[in-house]
Order: sequence, then C-alpha cells, then structure tokens
Amino acid sequence: MCYLYVEVHSVISIPPRLIHRGQASVYDTGCVMATPRADDWSWFPALALGVSFLKCILINAYHSTDFEVHRNWLAITHSLPVSKWYHENTSEWTLDYPPLFAWFEYSLSHVAQHFDKEMLVVQNLLYTSPATILFQRLSVIVTDIVFIYAVKECCRSVREEKGSKDLLGHPFFILAALLLWNFGLLIVDHIHFQYNGFLFGILLLSVARHLQGRHLEGALLFTVLLNLKHIYLYIAPAYGIFLLRSYCFTEDNTDGSVRWSSFSPVRLVALGSIVISVGALSFGPFIAMGQLPQVLSRLFPFKRGLCHAYWAPNVWALYNMVDKALSVLGVRLKLLDVAKLPKASMTGGLVQEFQHSILPSVSPSITLICTLLSIMPAVLSIWCRPRGARGFLRCLVVCALGSFMFGWHVHEKAILMAILPFSILAVESREDAGIFLMLTTTGHYSLFPLLFTAAELPIKVLLMLLFTLYSFTSLKKLFRGSLLNPLETTYLLGLVAVEILCEVVYPLSPWQHTMPFVPLLVTSVYCSLGVCYSFIRLYVSLLRQHGTDKHKQL
Amino acid sequence: MENWSLVSICVLFGLTARWAVSLNSYSGAGKPPMFGDYEAQRHWQEVTYNLPVHEWYFNTTDNNLNYWGLDYPPLTAYHSLLCAHVAKLINPDWVELHASRGHESYGHKLFMRATVLVADLLIYIPAVVLYSFYLSEGSNKKKVCTVLCILLYPGLILIDYGHFQYNSISLGLALWGVVVLGLGWDVLGSLAFVLSLNYKQMELYHSLPFFCYLLGKCFKQGLAGQGLFLLVKIAVTVLVTFALCWLPFLSDPGQILQVVHRLFPVGRGLFEDKVANTWCSLNVLIKIKTILSTDTQLYFRPVCLLLNDLPLPAIWFLQASTFSMLPLFLKDGLLVPYVVTSLAFLFFSIYLLSALEHCSEDKLRLGPYRRLLICMPRMDLGRVTKWKFYFSITAMAGLSFMSVALAPPAQLPDLFPLLVSVFSYLHFLGLLLYFNIVQIAEPPQSVRKNQKKSN
Repeated sequence: MCYLYVEVHSVISIPPRLIHRGQASVYDTGCVMATPRADDWSWFPALALGVSFLKCILINAYHSTDFEVHRNWLAITHSLPVSKWYHENTSEWTLDYPPLFAWFEYSLSHVAQHFDKEMLVVQNLLYTSPATILFQRLSVIVTDIVFIYAVKECCRSVREEKGSKDLLGHPFFILAALLLWNFGLLIVDHIHFQYNGFLFGILLLSVARHLQGRHLEGALLFTVLLNLKHIYLYIAPAYGIFLLRSYCFTEDNTDGSVRWSSFSPVRLVALGSIVISVGALSFGPFIAMGQLPQVLSRLFPFKRGLCHAYWAPNVWALYNMVDKALSVLGVRLKLLDVAKLPKASMTGGLVQEFQHSILPSVSPSITLICTLLSIMPAVLSIWCRPRGARGFLRCLVVCALGSFMFGWHVHEKAILMAILPFSILAVESREDAGIFLMLTTTGHYSLFPLLFTAAELPIKVLLMLLFTLYSFTSLKKLFRGSLLNPLETTYLLGLVAVEILCEVVYPLSPWQHTMPFVPLLVTSVYCSLGVCYSFIRLYVSLLRQHGTDKHKQL
Repeated sequence: MENWSLVSICVLFGLTARWAVSLNSYSGAGKPPMFGDYEAQRHWQEVTYNLPVHEWYFNTTDNNLNYWGLDYPPLTAYHSLLCAHVAKLINPDWVELHASRGHESYGHKLFMRATVLVADLLIYIPAVVLYSFYLSEGSNKKKVCTVLCILLYPGLILIDYGHFQYNSISLGLALWGVVVLGLGWDVLGSLAFVLSLNYKQMELYHSLPFFCYLLGKCFKQGLAGQGLFLLVKIAVTVLVTFALCWLPFLSDPGQILQVVHRLFPVGRGLFEDKVANTWCSLNVLIKIKTILSTDTQLYFRPVCLLLNDLPLPAIWFLQASTFSMLPLFLKDGLLVPYVVTSLAFLFFSIYLLSALEHCSEDKLRLGPYRRLLICMPRMDLGRVTKWKFYFSITAMAGLSFMSVALAPPAQLPDLFPLLVSVFSYLHFLGLLLYFNIVQIAEPPQSVRKNQKKSN
C-alpha cells in the first residue's frame, strides 16, 4: 500500500509554474509562486492522509440533527421527482439549500443505495442504521478531497521566504497543517456533521485561482459555490467589487485610481455569462416549473429571532447581554417596574425571540444596514486602491467577519468563513498572524457548545489543544517572537477558566437546574469580546495599509 | 519547532485516537449473562469495594468465583478498589454488591473509559516519551517520530480502549523498569518491574530478561565486592515490594496459596483468550544482549528500539500481532477501529521511519540468511524481504476482508479464526527467528554506551 503511495506521490507532485500576469491588473502584488524544494511534496499526502484517518476514527462519534437533515435530503432527491423537491415537508428538515446542492445530494444518493436502501425512503425519519452512518460519514470524508486539493493549490500560492528552513518551518507547510487539521472544520464536519469541507474547498480553490491570476476560473467556482450554499452571499460583495475593479478594468492610472478608459466589456460579458449560465443550470428547471418563489421562500425563511438558540459570539450577543444586565440592574435599583418588562426577560435564557427590555429592538433590516455599513470601508478600499488578489482576500475576510458580527440569525459555524481564508494571510504577515491567533482560538472555542455530549468532551478538548498548540508554536517560530501582547494572552488563557467554569463547576452547582442557559451565555459573551476585538484589529490593519498606499501615491 | 511542542502534539494526537476508539463498543456489550472483560473489571470494583480483603480471592456466597473471579495479582485488586471509590462518589449504583451485576449505562461507560485514559496518561505515555528520548538514538525528529509510532500501535489501543483492559499499566510499569535500568538506576528499575509483575502475572514473560540482566550486572561488578552489594540491594527491594503488595494476604498461608491458585490455574491453559496473544508476541521482543567486552553493557532491545533500529521487521511484527486478534475485535464490534488504526499505524510508521527505504540486506542485517542461501548468491534479500512484507500485508487485508464479508462453510465454522491464528503464528515464528539471529550474529562493537541525553 505504501509502495503504491510512493508511486502516486511522484505522479502528483507538480512542478513549479510561472506567474500568469495577463489577466490581472498591474497592482497584482502577490502572485510569486512558492517553488517546493526539489519537488518533494511527499509530506502533503501524509498530512492529508493522517487527518483522514482521524476523521475515519470519529465515524462512531456523536452526530447532530444535521445528520438527519442530510439523510432526509438524500431521500427527497432520490425518491421524489424534481418538481417535489422544494415542496416536500414530511420531515421538518426541508430542503433549504440552493438547487446545485440538491443535485449533489442526488448524486450521493446513487452511491447510498448500495449501502442501505432504507435510508432513501422519505418516511424513514431518523433512520440511523450502521450502514447509513458509515455511508454518510464516508461521504463527508471522501468529498473532502476537494478541500485537500484546494489546500494544495493555496499552499502553492503562498509567498516563499528566502533561506533554507526545515520543512516544519515553511509557510506552505504551516498553512497546509492549519487548514487540513483545522479544529473547527473537523468537529463541525466530522462530528456534528456537515459538508463544509467540500464547500470551503470550492471557496479556497476559488481564492487560490484568484491568487494565481486565473480570475475567470475563480469567478466560476464562486458562482458554483453560491448555488451550493447561499450563505456565501456574505462575501459576494468582495468578489463583485474585486472582479469589477481589477478584472474588468485592465489598467490603472499611475496613482492607482480607476482608468475608466481601460474598461473591457468583453471581460464583463465573460463574467456575466458565467454567473448567468451557472444560475440557469441551477435555478433554470425551477423557474421553468414556476417554482422560483417557493424555492426562494425555502432558501430565505423568515426565521424569528435576532440570534440563534445559542447566541453566536457577535455584536448582538453583546447587545443582548447589555440589555439583560441593564434590566437586571434597573430592577435592582428600583428604576424599573418588573411588571412592565417583557415576560421571562429576567429568568428566561437564550430564547430565539429575544425581546429587548431597555435597548431598542433590532429588526432584520437594521442588521442588514449594519452589515453593509461594516463592510463598506473594506469594499471601498479595494475599489479605490486595489492591492491585487491579496487585498481581495483581506476584503473577503472582512466581509465574512462583518456579516458574522452584524448578521441576522447567524450560526456560530459561520466563523469558519472568516477563519479559513484568513489562514493564508496569517502565514505571510506577522500582524495577521497575531490577529489570526486571537480570532481562531476564540472562534474555535465558541464552537464548543456544538458538542455538548459528555463522551465527546475529551475529543473536543484534545483537538482544541492540539490545534491551538500547533498554531501558536508554528506561527511563533515562523515570525520569530511573540505575536500577542500580555492582555491578549490573558484573555485567551481566560478561555480555559471559562471552559472549566461552564463544563465542570457550573453543572455541579445548584443553579444548573434553575438557570441552565448561563454557561452558554457566558461562552457566547466572552467569545464575542475576542471576535469583536479581532474584527477591529483587522479593520485597523486594512485601513492602515490603505492609508500607506495613499501616502505612497502623494 | 521545539521538541516539547512536537512531543505534546504527538501525545495529544495519540490520546485523541485512543478516546475516539473508546467511543466504540466494548467486550461483552449487551450480552448477558456473562458479558465480557468490561463487566469483569466492573465486577472487581464491586468485589474489592464491598468485601473484606480476605474474601477477594475466595469463593463465598457473596463472591462467586465462576462469575469473573479475580485472577490477577493484588495490584490489580487495589487499582480496582481505587476506581471503585471514585465510582461510589459519582454513582453508587455502579458498585452496589450484587445489584450492579451487568450494569451498563452511558455514564458508566464514560467512567470506565476515563479510568483507562488516566492510567495510560500517568504511566504508559510518560514511559514511552522518556524511553524514546533517553534510550534511543537518532535525531530529535526521529525520536519524536518514534514516540508517535509507539503511541499508535493498534494492538494496545484496541485492547485497552476497545475490548477493555488495563494493559497500559503493566506494560507501562515494565517500560519504566526498562527506562530506569537503562539510566543505571537498578534498584528503582527492579522496583518498577516488580510492581508491573504484581499487576499482571503475564509480565513473568519479561522477568527472565530483567533477571538475567541484573544478575549479569552483579556478576560483572564482582561478587566479592560491589556486585554482591548490588545483588543484596536488588533482592531486598524485590522482596520488600512483593511483601508490601501482598501484605494483606501474608497473615495466612491459605490466602497466599489461594491467590497463587487464582493467578496460575492449573486447570486452564495459559493462553485462555486471544488476548494472551499480545503477551506471547510482545514478550519475545525483549531481548538481552550480553556483551563480553571491557565496558560490559547489557543492552535491552524492546520493540520500541527495534522500531527505531529495524523499522520494517518491527512494524511487520506489530501489525501481525494486531491482526492475530482480529477474531476478538470482530466479536467486540471493533471492525472500523481495527481497520482505521491498522492502516494509520502502517502508514505513519512506514512513512515517518522510512521503513521501506531502510530495506537493504545490510540494514536488515540479513547476513546470516545470506550464508544460509549460499546456493542463490544473486538474490537481493532486501528486495525479497520487502516483497514478502507487501504480500503479507495484502494477505492480512484479504483475510480480514474474508472474515467480515464471507460466511464460513457449514462444516468449518471456525475456518477464518483458525486461518488468522495459523497465519499469525507463522509470522511470529519467522520474525522471532529473525530477531534472534540478528541478535546473536551482531558483533560486540556495535553496542553504544547509554548516555543520558539532555534536551
């Protein structure tokens, strides 16, 4: 088996490639290809295979309701005609991803029937035979090959530092390890159960293509991704503005501003046709059947609640917390009448429909405005002073994080949309590495409540320690020196205290029964601080770079 | 990256693999009335907690020896007692006399698995790390790789965290003995080994090498002076440790006899279950090397060093030992962990230790074989070995697949376990012969002094 592996690796190790300058604008400042030393990338399959073994050993771990969601979708797409896919509601987990994902489930179902035909019966709700579990888990592990390929492409695009280093100190090795062994992805995909590896693989491949100057491919991949999971609309502004500015305008003026005369209608049409054709492939059949409104209503359900049942660690978690604290304080200080406050705001925990007592209520439109305001400066900066593909990547991370911070009914898993692409920047700049460590550690810790079973507690703690230890030591070694100031370090160490408090101390205390939501609240609010802080730092660094560019032009 | 961080990462990974395996089923799960080793361990907690010491090994109304009677030495009993005290704090139902028989629950499984992990973390894993860093050679990277490969040995993981046992304690203590002896602390080393022996009597297999090594060392130091003093020190340590371990039973010769009778039942065979195969296989991997040179060095070569020195044969042996337990794993519902851990072990150890590259005749020390095969001087024995290895692994995979996928013919219901056993024992014989030949044929000058390497 390993002899075969040796043969295979010599086939797939790819020789270094030249830069493609033709399709990018002049300010494409980041396409130096890393030349792997002596084409020895044998470590890459080892890393990938290693994490795949880990994923396989987690096959029998706890899985969430998302497991049933996907089983149901396999059943729907296999057993029912296309016209019924978005109408079917035997199960509460109706199809709420765009059509391309439905086709993905359909193709999986053809393999599934060889494992256990019963899982494809729509009425078999909560069907979990061993064969079903094996199939579903393996499908996630196998589709991760897209992610593995994308990581390889990203590693090839990373800037190489001069000077010989041992393998473990190379940026591309560190990036591969940080992505392939990402804690968040492991526990969300391979324990909780989702297909994020496959989806983020497409996203990272799209980013890699942009870094390599292959913009049309990048655009195609992103359009496909949007039609697989519409949550990626969060980062569509970054793509839209970048492609418009840096791809449709082929040249810039010497001061970096737009040269309107260099607008290329051909390129715009090319982009447009990609978007339209993919959209047509995806939504076409449903438009033809007149089901578009139904599909859209499934994709964008009016979900009640500013926050998910567990508050994602964003601005609204802090907002809710402040409101709660003020109302408690107000009652204590006799400034407020308890009777006038919304019911259950005093003792109620994390409810989806959170009624604010003191601070004004927040509606979906307000969150949209806040989100747009939060990403506007970043998007404007890549319009006014584009910094090539890396500037686009930074803007993408800011958009993802901004939407996470201010979005309506955000899931905590959405933090991965910021963390994963940010890893590429983290191995190239010292400042980014510092922000990355803050964001990643906090973001990953905020995923802990997803695995609430006692049996999985050691797994999540061990894997978190593994990833955190590796990220800290490798980045510290890469950038030679401490990356965090004492305050940040103290905050992160505080996460240990929060964990012990929430998972050990509190369950043994008398309040566990009267106020069971407190650990979730504490986790959410504590992590919000870290995530908000990282967001601000990221923005500061982006605007500072923008300022430096402007200064250079003067 | 610094050593400590790399080692920590390896240990964390090893622990994750262990706990992930423990999420699977255990021996005798849901199979009344006898259940399996898991229930045996729980029952021993019940017995040691509720009954006085002098009843632990005896057949009484409260203690039916036919239902998983204690048949390990006293240290196991004390360990069970300790666990029972913790269990009582968490949920007294787990160790309730008689009422807790056959108790199975989510919480209890977590508790039992946690006891294995704690024991592993406290005893076996530190011994492995210390061994790799202080008693093996090579660069720091190689030592870290050795740590990882030893920690990924599937046999131990599947038996301890799957089937359910506490081999990590006895093996860990024995390994501590090796490490400490290697560092020159003979008294402590013998103490560690005696403790190991008092945890599981199977460690007797390892006792001969320890005994010969220490005796030889005493002889070398001269029985008239230092040697005698050392001999006395060791003898006293051994006797005192034994006495302390058996203290509650020393008051009555009948007690001692009964315990010995339980440990070495004449009626049953020594290899009662497939689990014994691990002992059969691992025990032969401890060798003594007596070097009759001026700086006499008695040298231990446990499997760990063999992994470093002769990676391919060691990996082959370890994989064969795991494969030999396949029928047991299938019975326990551990097929997926067996497949994944075996593949992972094979992959990591071959890749990290470059096992297939160190496959020349020279590196494998096949000189004696060369002399035997004098009629075929042109045969590249290194390449032959490599291909034999591939064939063997393929055959193991094939037999594993057949055991799972095919039904045995009606007249030979035990066909597959039999084939597995025969195949494994042929491997053990062949590889045992090889290790012995290598050891005997090795020239004296190749021994290096044991140095305490500081990192």
